[in-house]
Amino acid sequence: MGNEGVKSSRRKFLKSAATASGAILGYSLLKSSQYLVYAAEPEDPNLPWYGIVIDVEKCIGCGACAKACKNENDVPVEPFFFRTWVEQYTVKNDGSVEIQSPNGGIDGFTQTVPDEEIFKSFFVPKMCNHCAKSPCVQVCPVGATYDSPEGIVLVDEKYCIGCRYCVQACPYGCRFIHPVKKVASKCTLCYHRIKKGLAPACMETCPTGARMYGNLRDKNSEIVKFLKEHTTQVLRPNLNTGAKLYYNALSSEVR
Amino acid sequence: MESSYPHLYEILSHIQGYIFPNEIDLQWGILIVVYPFITGLVAGAFILASLERVFKDKVLKPTYQIALLTALSFLLVATMPLISHLAQPQRAYEIMITPHSSSAMAIFGFVYLWYLMVVLLLEIWFDYRHSMVVWAEEKKGIMKWVYRILTLGLNDISPRTVSWDRKLGYIITVVGIPSAFILHGYVGFIFGSIKANPWWSTPLMPIIFLFSAMVSGIAMVMLIYMAVSYIRTRTLDVNVLDAIGKYLFFVLILDFTIEGLDQIHRIYVAEESFETIKLLVEGKLYLTLFISQGLIGTLIPLGVLAFLQFYKGKIKLRKTLYFITGIMVLIGVYSMRWNVVIGGQLFSKSFSGFTSFKVGLIGIDGTLMAIFWLLLPFGILTFLLWLLPPWKMVPEVEE
Amino acid sequence: MKFYVPPQLKRLAIAFAVFIVLFLVLRKFLVPDSFGQYGHYRGDSLADNALPEIHYAGQQACLDCHQDIEDLKAKDVHARIHCETCHGPGQKHVLSGEASDILKPDSREFCGNCHGKNAAKKPGTIVQVQLSEHNTDKKCIECHNPHQPWEMKE
Repeated sequence: MGNEGVKSSRRKFLKSAATASGAILGYSLLKSSQYLVYAAEPEDPNLPWYGIVIDVEKCIGCGACAKACKNENDVPVEPFFFRTWVEQYTVKNDGSVEIQSPNGGIDGFTQTVPDEEIFKSFFVPKMCNHCAKSPCVQVCPVGATYDSPEGIVLVDEKYCIGCRYCVQACPYGCRFIHPVKKVASKCTLCYHRIKKGLAPACMETCPTGARMYGNLRDKNSEIVKFLKEHTTQVLRPNLNTGAKLYYNALSSEVR
Repeated sequence: MESSYPHLYEILSHIQGYIFPNEIDLQWGILIVVYPFITGLVAGAFILASLERVFKDKVLKPTYQIALLTALSFLLVATMPLISHLAQPQRAYEIMITPHSSSAMAIFGFVYLWYLMVVLLLEIWFDYRHSMVVWAEEKKGIMKWVYRILTLGLNDISPRTVSWDRKLGYIITVVGIPSAFILHGYVGFIFGSIKANPWWSTPLMPIIFLFSAMVSGIAMVMLIYMAVSYIRTRTLDVNVLDAIGKYLFFVLILDFTIEGLDQIHRIYVAEESFETIKLLVEGKLYLTLFISQGLIGTLIPLGVLAFLQFYKGKIKLRKTLYFITGIMVLIGVYSMRWNVVIGGQLFSKSFSGFTSFKVGLIGIDGTLMAIFWLLLPFGILTFLLWLLPPWKMVPEVEE
Repeated sequence: MKFYVPPQLKRLAIAFAVFIVLFLVLRKFLVPDSFGQYGHYRGDSLADNALPEIHYAGQQACLDCHQDIEDLKAKDVHARIHCETCHGPGQKHVLSGEASDILKPDSREFCGNCHGKNAAKKPGTIVQVQLSEHNTDKKCIECHNPHQPWEMKE
């Protein structure tokens, strides 16, 4: 009888132990699977969580941003390496779309289509979207590209092996292999500037204030107010990259 | 200024439509075409070897060790095109010490090591251990020591221990089949998981890679078996060729069906990238996709192999046909790798333009380098066949 | 009954153990110290990324010496444009004080980057000029003061 009691309590114990360990195992599996999908985790709530707004309406295609970026970040001047660039879209009356970005827009734009054939035309500045679920961070095999605690996607130039997988994974074409440093390179939102309280070079030099960055966590920040008052859109929302670059007045032709 | 990146300026003049400025510099060149091709040969050769062992297909017996050693030779080289293609090859070890759990590429090191150490080396070791002990006894000088080290100093060839070699080898083969599937399916996943690239991003990619791997591996072992017989001036057993040819035929049908399914699906759902991809396959990929991969690599071999399933006539003709088919199939699979790797980079992710790719002859990313990595495994195989000659093995005792 | 372990398995176990221990020892030495401090990356890399020298000094640095220009600008349409938009990276100039360390662009093309006519610029937001027609023999700044564009010279 007593023996039976011991046995059943042992059974109970085993049962609960199995349940507990099963739960722990299940939880850790779930957690790790989430880790597999989302490279970034919500970070320290005391730190800013940066986002960017680009107002397409305001851009005049002067290319000051792209030029300043190259100056500030020692990007090779050849027209194959850009951390930011400007595109001109021209939708013609026949429905076809012409896109150009001569030298990333650094030298300005020349209108290529005569006025009478144009349905509409506009400039779109491009830069890293600093995605919260960045495909580039997800695929880096060694952890040489990562989300900073402030939500800025950075590259570790001393650790990058140059496999170029991140360049393939970025749907926005924002990465390149630095031809001199031989590592992946991209927009850092001028991390070295914002850490000193200065605006990124592209925003410092934009004459029309078409670009803005700020803390998405601060509900009173300019950027959050802007997002509240405007209808904004991210690029390639279908890819669920968690892009934190929001475009105002973005036209549907833009990829 | 133009002199710094002459090849990029040249590409600049060949761009059609609009591509993102960073896309002008094409990232993965011919070495990344060679890499899945070589890995595929490994997986395919191993699976052929396993067919003999697990499914007891006795006809394939003469190809068993050749297939294993072929797999090993190619596996030893498999990482080399990858590493030599890195911009910072001296940092390659980081992929082993700090692998990023969410990266498809990071796991490669471990999949590779598992496959090399736990599957291939072990299977070969169990297979050759008895013979190596005997060879260590027979040989003199350095070779005696080489064999002794290869046996890990174990010279026990009692019937009980030898019977365990067989049992353990069998277990490894059984573990090895899913491992081979994983190895190459995984290579497909490296491409298939890139959601930014619609030409790559399909869940079928690992399966397509796997079946094309089997096709190429089987064809390669068939050719090597023919070459080895020729070099050793032994009569080529056409029954062995028939058996390999049968497997090749069926796997090729599967491969063709699955790739066809993938394309049909792509055409039918016609997602936002469809127009671009249509232009791509009708233009820049026309030769390599329709002619090289489709006609030369798939349809003609399918026809010939179907014919050979029924035709049991002139032996000389059959041998010649198998030889030609094997080469055509290899060309087809190589083209398939090209179409995936290069094709996937020829169109812009803006879906509104194309860049062009011209492979150079010299340099780390040139044709000569690729040819070197493709030929090196044959050198290793020659060495392995000399070190571990299957035809001098201690005959297995039937139980 | 003693459990039978085939001798080859014992040998392999030793070989694998040696291999794994070697790997772990190597790993211990090769992984950078700060790796994993904040996430799956080298923690020190954050500091590395904050390290580069700035080239653009920022508007405040300009105002420290050139408040007079800012006052001029404030009266006209270029009021909100930062100095370095036209004058280029100014940190070198800030540090040296040399006039030669700052750009003074004066070409028609430079002004044209903003003011050249283009259908993509929204009408009414910026003055657009057909460069090929408007006073083609003169530089823009011969008539327009870049700091006060509508305060015409002469």
